Amino acid sequence: MNINFKKETFRDDYTFRNSPEAIRRFPFPFHEDKYMYSVNMEPHVPAGPAGHAYNNGIDVDEHFVSEMEDRAKVLKEDPLRYQALPHMMTAQWDTLELLMEQQAAGYPEHFSLTKDGDNWHWINKPMGIDQKFVFGDASTLPMEPLEFITRQAQGDHVIVDQRDGNLWCDAGMVTTQADWSLDFDIGMNFMEWHGPVPLAHNLGIFERALKFLLNLQQGKPVRRLNWTMTINPRLDTSPENYHKWGTDRATVTPENVGNKVHLRCELQSLWRLPRSNAILFVIRCYLIKMEELVTVPKWARRFHRVLRDLPPELVDYKGLTRYRPTTVEWLSKYDDGKPTSPGIFPE
Amino acid sequence: MLVKGIKSRPVYSGVAFDPMAKRHIFVLEAEGATSLIEQVATPGSGEIAKADVLYVATAAAPKAYDQKLAALKPHDLWSAPTIPVLLNRLNVVLGAAHMGTRLYLSGTEGFIGQAMQVALNHGMDFNSIKTEHRGSEARRVQCVHCKGITDDVKTQPVTCSHCGLTLLVRDHYSRRLGAFQGVCIDAEEPGTAPAPEVLFP
Repeated sequence: MNINFKKETFRDDYTFRNSPEAIRRFPFPFHEDKYMYSVNMEPHVPAGPAGHAYNNGIDVDEHFVSEMEDRAKVLKEDPLRYQALPHMMTAQWDTLELLMEQQAAGYPEHFSLTKDGDNWHWINKPMGIDQKFVFGDASTLPMEPLEFITRQAQGDHVIVDQRDGNLWCDAGMVTTQADWSLDFDIGMNFMEWHGPVPLAHNLGIFERALKFLLNLQQGKPVRRLNWTMTINPRLDTSPENYHKWGTDRATVTPENVGNKVHLRCELQSLWRLPRSNAILFVIRCYLIKMEELVTVPKWARRFHRVLRDLPPELVDYKGLTRYRPTTVEWLSKYDDGKPTSPGIFPE
Repeated sequence: MLVKGIKSRPVYSGVAFDPMAKRHIFVLEAEGATSLIEQVATPGSGEIAKADVLYVATAAAPKAYDQKLAALKPHDLWSAPTIPVLLNRLNVVLGAAHMGTRLYLSGTEGFIGQAMQVALNHGMDFNSIKTEHRGSEARRVQCVHCKGITDDVKTQPVTCSHCGLTLLVRDHYSRRLGAFQGVCIDAEEPGTAPAPEVLFP
């Protein structure tokens, strides 16, 4: 499968768009017409219609090259978006191996990895990278292994260390986040770094999720979908830059909803790492404009209903307060009241 | 406005002597001194005879807690002129400490956070360090935007002493930074920040 990589921006002039194929493959996060937190994890196995974001373990799409260019810009402005505590080096190599193997297996036209003992050769054609190195020897790479590979893999990556019956956020590359700070949260345990999330603690969500993840098996990754909304297709909605993008939330009008308001979906996949026993947490962000979303009638109906009936705490936590009424009103034109089919895939 | 009960908020469960410890290191700031003074019934004998005390008076200097601490007759007592000087000595003391040493921190949250950072850098597990919050509720706040730290924050919101943005002080706390998180409160509509109120007296 040859991907036609697009040249586009996620800042300033915001030229990001989804092709019709990219719309159909979008991981729409609602399996029914309402939403509440749940431990919605399932085995991360290939699923969905041909071309869907669920087809490969690590998904690469038409936005790959431009997303990696945006990441490089974020890191240039703020190198603290990449950090790894010193005890995480084995987990860094585990992650490099996993991401290289997955990308090469899923997209052999674009990536290749050859191994001769510890002498490895990685080729990333879309980005023009050809790197020979010795696995396990950080001096043979131009930067730390985790930074090297996550500058070439879509989505944010957090490695959590497992000890004392808890998971610790001890390394990560975080440039496409929904308003959380790696620099602030690094070193925290699972409960602490999810501290600010409302409602879910009292529902016991994190206790159950933690118990589940502590028993995650190697070779049996799991996934879940999470979501929020973003004004303009901005990947870097970090708290660090909130004073720069926050004003966007006040710019939504009935005329520009379709182009400005985006559903932001996170396809989160969790992988047990073989040597370190850490867990790689991939948080892959997908954006879709309202006018793109409503080209799938099922999604238009469903998203209208979800957004209209969302609990107030979630409206506040996700930062939707200012533009939700305008967006619900706009979406209502695309909801004829007909029932929707179960599941997330388009009809 | 302030979301309470965030799970990263530290819990301070007291600095009662651990009788199993071979040596106690008490690191005390201002009113924190009282948490040791109150638990010693017999000066110079029992657990206090195994205790080394590092004390800094800060705002409580007029109360002369250093004299009251001396009257407890600990194994050792040292009064630091400022917090950074105390932290430097703590760093050296911990570097030479042996197995069986128990660390106790008491004072304002900002002080506990900074002393905790020194201990964490020595590889101590935070669960093994006893802490007690005494004195002012003022907070140490990191501006998430410019990363500058503002000490002794008593109001909500507060102006970042470095970049000047008006910050909402969250309950979200980083042990690594020893600080609460401050996030621009009027980012969506600049100029609409509410007037500061004293929330952390």
